[in-house]
Amino acid sequence: MRLNLKIWRQAGPTAPGRLEDYTADSVSPDMSFLEMLDVVNEGLIVKGKDAIAFDSDCREGICGTCSLVIDGVAHGPDRGTTVCQLHMRRFKDGETVTIEPWRAKAFPVVKDLVVDRSAFDRIIAAGGFVSINAGGAQDANNILIPKDVCDAAMDSAACIGCGACVAACKNASAHLFMSAKISHLSLLPQGQQERYTRVTAMIDQADSEGFGSCSNEGECEAVCPKEIPISNIARMTREYVMARLSK
Amino acid sequence: MKLDARVPAGPIAEKWDRHKFDMKLVNPANKRKYTVIVVGTGLAGASAAASLGELGYNVLNFCIQDSPRRAHSIAAQGGINAAKNYQNDGDSVYRLFYDTVKGGDYRSREANVYRLAQLSVNIIDQCVAQGVPFAREYGGLLDNRSFGGAQVSRTFYARGQTGQQLLIGAYQSLMRQAHAKAVKLFARREMLDLVVVDGKARGIIVRNLVTGELERYVGDAVILATGGYGTVYYLSTNAINSNVTASWRAHKRGAFFANPCFTQIHPTCIPVSGDHQSKLTLMSERLRNDGRVWVPKTKGDKRSPELIPEEERDYYLERKYPSFGNLVPRDVASRNAKQAADEGRGVGESGLAVYLDFKDAITRLGPEVIKEKYGNLFQMYNKITDEDPYKVPMRIYPAIHYTMGGLWVDYNLMSTVPGLHVLGEANFSDHGANRLGASALMQGLADGYFVIPYTIGDYLANNPVPKITTDHDAFKEAAQNAQNQINKLLTVKGNRGIRDIHRELGRIMWDDVGMARTDASLKRALQAIPKLREEFWHNVSVPGSADNLNQSLEYAGRVADYLEFAELLTRDALDRKESAGGHFREESQTPDGEAMRDDDNYSYVAAWEFKGVGATPELHKEPLEFHEVHPSQRSYK
Repeated sequence: MRLNLKIWRQAGPTAPGRLEDYTADSVSPDMSFLEMLDVVNEGLIVKGKDAIAFDSDCREGICGTCSLVIDGVAHGPDRGTTVCQLHMRRFKDGETVTIEPWRAKAFPVVKDLVVDRSAFDRIIAAGGFVSINAGGAQDANNILIPKDVCDAAMDSAACIGCGACVAACKNASAHLFMSAKISHLSLLPQGQQERYTRVTAMIDQADSEGFGSCSNEGECEAVCPKEIPISNIARMTREYVMARLSK
Repeated sequence: MKLDARVPAGPIAEKWDRHKFDMKLVNPANKRKYTVIVVGTGLAGASAAASLGELGYNVLNFCIQDSPRRAHSIAAQGGINAAKNYQNDGDSVYRLFYDTVKGGDYRSREANVYRLAQLSVNIIDQCVAQGVPFAREYGGLLDNRSFGGAQVSRTFYARGQTGQQLLIGAYQSLMRQAHAKAVKLFARREMLDLVVVDGKARGIIVRNLVTGELERYVGDAVILATGGYGTVYYLSTNAINSNVTASWRAHKRGAFFANPCFTQIHPTCIPVSGDHQSKLTLMSERLRNDGRVWVPKTKGDKRSPELIPEEERDYYLERKYPSFGNLVPRDVASRNAKQAADEGRGVGESGLAVYLDFKDAITRLGPEVIKEKYGNLFQMYNKITDEDPYKVPMRIYPAIHYTMGGLWVDYNLMSTVPGLHVLGEANFSDHGANRLGASALMQGLADGYFVIPYTIGDYLANNPVPKITTDHDAFKEAAQNAQNQINKLLTVKGNRGIRDIHRELGRIMWDDVGMARTDASLKRALQAIPKLREEFWHNVSVPGSADNLNQSLEYAGRVADYLEFAELLTRDALDRKESAGGHFREESQTPDGEAMRDDDNYSYVAAWEFKGVGATPELHKEPLEFHEVHPSQRSYK
């Protein structure tokens, strides 16, 4: 297969960027999308040209590092799939594919397709934890947790923090990301003590980072590689209202 | 130099408690006067940095990823062992200790392993308190599953994402400390050198991967938690940015490297599909509970599997190991797959695969039950290979998965450089020659949450160091050293891709220093590696500059270190003429082809001292003594 690629190149955070044309030759249908880019880069490297910068690490869909918008869709055309797990058999010979970085005010471009997502870390730092120091815990079976509650918490905890939800949202809202963490912890007995301070602190932090509001269109849910539903956002909103009322 | 493991005296069950009492303490008001550098934010690094921050130390924490949450611990699937005995099936601290020493083929230090087993129970308590959603039973109690190498159910799990959930727990604790300003986080930083002043580890040189600047950080002690070196084989189940650089550069500054030849190969990975492949994907070992492994009886039989009649199939594991069958341990399953491929009976286009067939299980249990048990794995397999395992047998092949070797540490987890401590997969200590499933997560967290918070205090209290700044000559020298290497990489301007050279190194390592090693193959590799290193430094192409994000430059630096480290790994494998755990020397096997240890000559930890690139390193031996568990030959017949 041969593909025409239009790839976003940008030298640095303040430099202007543009789409540049590349061709990917002899693409095998068994390649992953990122392996296709590796091959394009290898071609550039032996010619002494600057390789296209993009982020990836585990390449099995769990670390949340890879972050490409393919033909306008965060993580590309396969539902519930990170771009590292997208395979070239999904594309046709001769097709033109556009590759861009996550685009959001709170995720400035570092270079080419690489963005800075440290705002997510700061949101977690603001309250996305249970305040317990190492060493003080009681026996793990002392607090019983019903299986369905634990399973629901796990569904939310499955978030990989990739930021596709923000990239897909026209408001660049971080609501799905935040609500997954807030749901995870507020469903469990261990998260009750800080339930209300957590939700306010995290939302305040997200606002100060420049993430937008939620207008309930569900674009985030549609691109989430872990298929985390927007019902989490409803739960977060409820928690937030409760927190405000309890003040 | 004589290696002193500093194992405390007394009965094994009391050593750690006594040691905790004997160790010096740093009083709470003084802790903030000490700065501790932690490199890495995986399970070991994040748990250590968070715990030290909680105690009041001033912590500087570094990672190469864009966020500490992305460290490779996140990819661990199966679970974490703990001697809770919640199942009432006879588990105990002693049994977990025993299983781990035996599973490690009697090449680990008893006292360390015992402490690990003791601490395993605290880890589960700690993680549950953090909100880690471990799987539960309907009554609300924690659920357990069983794993290879054990006859009790002691593995705690969170679906197929245990590593992710444990890491997120540690990460959240870490971010809490970052918010409290006890920990200062430095993401997208790569450690390029260790700074040693007056014989003690005092700082590090890192490259800011975004600006390209070399930054200097000074502290009172340094902790490395930078993971394993599996990607020396190019293809492995490790993340593509996993590397040996931090450990290797510390090794060059005097930290001994122990047992580098102990590498673990996982039997159930999705086979390589072509040269473009950048990494291998693991399929949980659980599949071997219902899948049957086979290859055609006849060499070069290229018929598609459904056309090969039952009597022309060789279910070789069931044939050779009637009592364990398809559930033999990882190393045995892996070696047998390789043997089948070597005999020309491998399947698939490359011939480097064997079948894992679910046909009988589907007939017996129905597709619904199989879907419930393995649905996500079948789906993952289908996504990668475009084949439907409900209809055609899976193709699997072994791949490098974990490395038991690492920097040598004593009982306090301190390396041979005073002040330099090493945790998690980066050290060598607890798994001997073979790690049992669900034990890596346990070790990383035990080291970080419960060992280093005590032992670092003892070190700091006993070793007052003068105040220095990063203008000290040792910092200048180390920064210059790192700068020189960067300049050198950028000026070669050859015409070979970095990946191409790494791939070639991987092929040498896999073919000659892989699953089955011989005197001849190891000597061949010792010829080939320096040649390839030479080729690299004359012909590699590293485009771009050093003053911004340059992933080619990062990668080239890591490959350059692997080209040196590979030689040490091979030399260690050549030196160890016995077979033990993941290290199989063809010369040392029982008449029926099983790994054979040589306790009379090799019951030691091989700790290597760096003597220069290309120069022969010096071997130091730490003899292993077994007072509790008596070495015996493993048998799975």
